[in-house]
Amino acid sequence: MSENTLNNLPGGFKGMSEDMGSDQTAFKGVQWGKVMMWIFLLSDTFVFSCFLISYMKGRASTVVDWPNTSQVFSLHVGDVPVPLLLIAIMTFVLITSSGTMALAVKYGYERNRKMCAWLILATAIGGLTFVGMQAFEWSKLIHEGVRPWENPFGAKQFGSFFFMITGFHGTHVSIGVIFLFIFARKTFRGDFDTGKRGFFTTMKSDYVAIEILGLYWHFVDLVWVFIFAFFYLW
Amino acid sequence: MDETQNKEQATSTHKIGIYLWIWGLLFVLSFFSYMVDWYAFQGLLRWSLILTFMFLKAGLIMAFFMHLFWERYALVNVLLWPMTAIACFIVLMVAEAEYTVFTRALYFFVGG
Repeated sequence: MSENTLNNLPGGFKGMSEDMGSDQTAFKGVQWGKVMMWIFLLSDTFVFSCFLISYMKGRASTVVDWPNTSQVFSLHVGDVPVPLLLIAIMTFVLITSSGTMALAVKYGYERNRKMCAWLILATAIGGLTFVGMQAFEWSKLIHEGVRPWENPFGAKQFGSFFFMITGFHGTHVSIGVIFLFIFARKTFRGDFDTGKRGFFTTMKSDYVAIEILGLYWHFVDLVWVFIFAFFYLW
Repeated sequence: MDETQNKEQATSTHKIGIYLWIWGLLFVLSFFSYMVDWYAFQGLLRWSLILTFMFLKAGLIMAFFMHLFWERYALVNVLLWPMTAIACFIVLMVAEAEYTVFTRALYFFVGG
């Protein structure tokens, strides 16, 4: 649907009711793959919500003191313990990669192949750095005796929630990194300019795929915003 | 090719400035939320600051990086209304947690 046709449609809630009742495509001007990614992300939101809500319930209902995350996740710079240092760096790395991804989507739509590919590669490297730091954090905590069933800092439930929530998020980041590398290669090769058909599909490649990948990546960043607030800062 | 060109126009791009602004704001907001811990604010002030910065960051990412600000209401509403179900779930589980901690306190410390 071209920009002109879209602009002629009514906007706002009136537009919504007309789109939904149009007896045609409900999400006008949105490529179907993008809708599918959004639906997937919506379901993923519910999965992460369930984890965070169970964490809330677990933490609120224990009669033992919750570990002080500010101290548990502190790093020593020289001899001085800096609270949450690693987590803060991880947050900044993830936001940086989210920004490069947003620009990659923009340059993709402008058919600036080189810029787009380099920015996707930068995003992938940012994601890889994040996963690396998370692995470091996990091994540090495991060395200190944190297990899903016990830990030296306080309430026993802490370990299981920590490994479950950050592990599930880390898995998402890892999957994202794999796809970012694949897409960086595809972009460098020019698949999205020539409309080369994909490996798993007979459909022609299109730069909209980069926006779809971008949606996933921003979602991973979005989930981290909530984990950072509720698990590390609260 | 002409047709794909048209399709590209349909999802036309936005000025780079908006992305850089949002990017910068996200850094600033993250820095602020880290400062909440750094200065060890406690109680209601801490929680409200954490939530404020969290929702601002989440909103900026969804609205601009994920382009929801520019999408039609049909998609936006399909995505945002289900969040009320999560809000209901949170309310239910807060009530449940209060009951659990009450019974635990009663049986562990008071002894039934």
